[in-house]
Amino acid sequence: MTGGHYLLRAILGVIANVTWTPGFVLRTLKKPLGRMKKARVIGVIVAALLVGGVATAFVVAWQPALAAIDPRAPQSFDAALVKRGRELAAIGNCNNCHTVHGGKNFAGGLAVPTPFGAIFSSNITPDTETGIGRWSEEAFRRAMRSGVDREGRHLYPTFPYDHFTHVSDEDNRALYAFLMTREPVHAPPRDNELSFPFNQRLAVAGWKLLFLRAGSVRADSAKSAEWNRGAYLVEGLAHCGACHTPRNALGAERVDAAFAGGDVDHWRAFAINARSSSPVPWDAQALYAYLRNGWHPDHGTARGPMAEVVNNLSAVPASDVRAIATYMADISSIPAQDRKLRGEAALARVKSAAPTGADSPGASIYAAACATCHDSSRPPPYGGINLALSSTISSPDPRNLANIVLSGVRPVEGERSPIMPAFADSMTDAQLAVLLNYLRSRFTDQPAWTGLEKVIEEARRRQTASLAPPSASADKMQ
Amino acid sequence: MAILKVNGRDYTIDAEPDTPLLYVLRDELRLNAAKFGCGLGQCGACTVIVDGKAVLSCVTPLVLLEGKQVTTLEGLGTASEPAPIQRAFMEEQAAQCGYCIAGMMMRAQALLQKNHKPTDEQIRSALAPHLCRCGTHMRILRAVHRAARLMDTADLWPAEKRSAQ
Repeated sequence: MTGGHYLLRAILGVIANVTWTPGFVLRTLKKPLGRMKKARVIGVIVAALLVGGVATAFVVAWQPALAAIDPRAPQSFDAALVKRGRELAAIGNCNNCHTVHGGKNFAGGLAVPTPFGAIFSSNITPDTETGIGRWSEEAFRRAMRSGVDREGRHLYPTFPYDHFTHVSDEDNRALYAFLMTREPVHAPPRDNELSFPFNQRLAVAGWKLLFLRAGSVRADSAKSAEWNRGAYLVEGLAHCGACHTPRNALGAERVDAAFAGGDVDHWRAFAINARSSSPVPWDAQALYAYLRNGWHPDHGTARGPMAEVVNNLSAVPASDVRAIATYMADISSIPAQDRKLRGEAALARVKSAAPTGADSPGASIYAAACATCHDSSRPPPYGGINLALSSTISSPDPRNLANIVLSGVRPVEGERSPIMPAFADSMTDAQLAVLLNYLRSRFTDQPAWTGLEKVIEEARRRQTASLAPPSASADKMQ
Repeated sequence: MAILKVNGRDYTIDAEPDTPLLYVLRDELRLNAAKFGCGLGQCGACTVIVDGKAVLSCVTPLVLLEGKQVTTLEGLGTASEPAPIQRAFMEEQAAQCGYCIAGMMMRAQALLQKNHKPTDEQIRSALAPHLCRCGTHMRILRAVHRAARLMDTADLWPAEKRSAQ
């Protein structure tokens, strides 16, 4: 403990040991009130409150550094525990944020864009200088539970400890064993690009007071073991809400809008509650197949940031994916009868669809560029989904569609997976807008998108940036 | 009726606006370098260059080509006067059955016009949309490097020129 900390504890101790009744306050104030001017008294009270408030904040915010350890030999970890940790890390999607595209696994450095600025993911390899090699299991558990690093600094909630706080000690032990047996990578962390006051880690302590709720996921004995397992995973390690729940002005998930859809990396994370844009309502079976394989014949293909998620979920125990599907399907609420009927009608339409003539520029583009796969009656993954079933085209947000048409779908190496060519180089922005408007009007009963031109322009800008050849310095490193 | 610009010439085409460019090139203009492979934009054999960019002609309808300049392999060079990319592929003997090679050459050409000295990684990434069932992948890689040197030789410093040979 520092000297400053003792002082603060002392001040707070005095504050805490007095019984703060109204009578006490009045008695205390009476004496000086006789001699001092009123304004001055108020000034003193405000100053006292400020000192007290800041002191309280410091004490709440202050977290001790935990002792640095000498890393254990990787062989000393139990192999079964490491394997379990590998599966849990896949469920937690750790690699998605903690690995730069094409970089070393878990070495961090990926920019996570937030409304407050970019936050860079940390190196979670067991490197002793730049990673977590000197973290004890206790330090790791504290980071997961309360978002504090080994040195006692508050971590930004882009690291989703509002979910990870629900992870059990046993699972944290396995995750720790897995991470500590990875290849150590020397990769110094990058400085966050945050503006004041968000660059003050003390502010994070306040955020936690408001939004971090440990222990809020409790077993529901009225539900099945599978449902409860799903709840534990979805609300905890899998942190589905981190993308699929909209956030408030302070960047916390809105509890009143769970799974109502969110934004992530210039993609729309679709609503996965009753407001889902999927023409055919989801059920547990479809969700399981989609999460496990990355596609479903009635729903389409997981792309954007979700591609990495389903890639990870293909390598975990099937029972866990089934549990996630069971829980999600249940809390997404059973679709209303009219939605069910609409879904059945969409499926029936798809089966009986007759080819339509190319009577407009949009229809011509669709006929040559899309229909060969999407109107082929070959089911995914080798054929395209019939676009009348596409959540992407039914979504109120056209970004995902623009992203996919521009960049296409690259096949996943070594897997049975869908493939779609990129059209960025064959369509101008105006031509793409014509196509997207056509798809929206032909395949949905939803109103036309507004601001489509801007969305396309932005999507192309992002796409161009992501395809830029590596910089000269990156070449040198090869 | 539509005007299509191919290899520097204007053609008047009598075809529906949803006709894929590949069909027009092969059936109307008898430009047979671009091949029909899958017809789904998944194999790359039909690749041509449109306004400097590699495009899959089997999934590109005429309606998208208004005012754009199409270049096919025939537009780069001839058997007697091959373009650097063609010379490089011949010198490296990069074709086996050759069906995919015209598309590969067009994609490589588009890459080299943008990036004069691509790395192995960049070539692999650029050519990823192209499928080839023969065994010349390493030769194709060498051919693209060779083409880069052939195109760039005039600009190289003398020392680099020697190492390029």
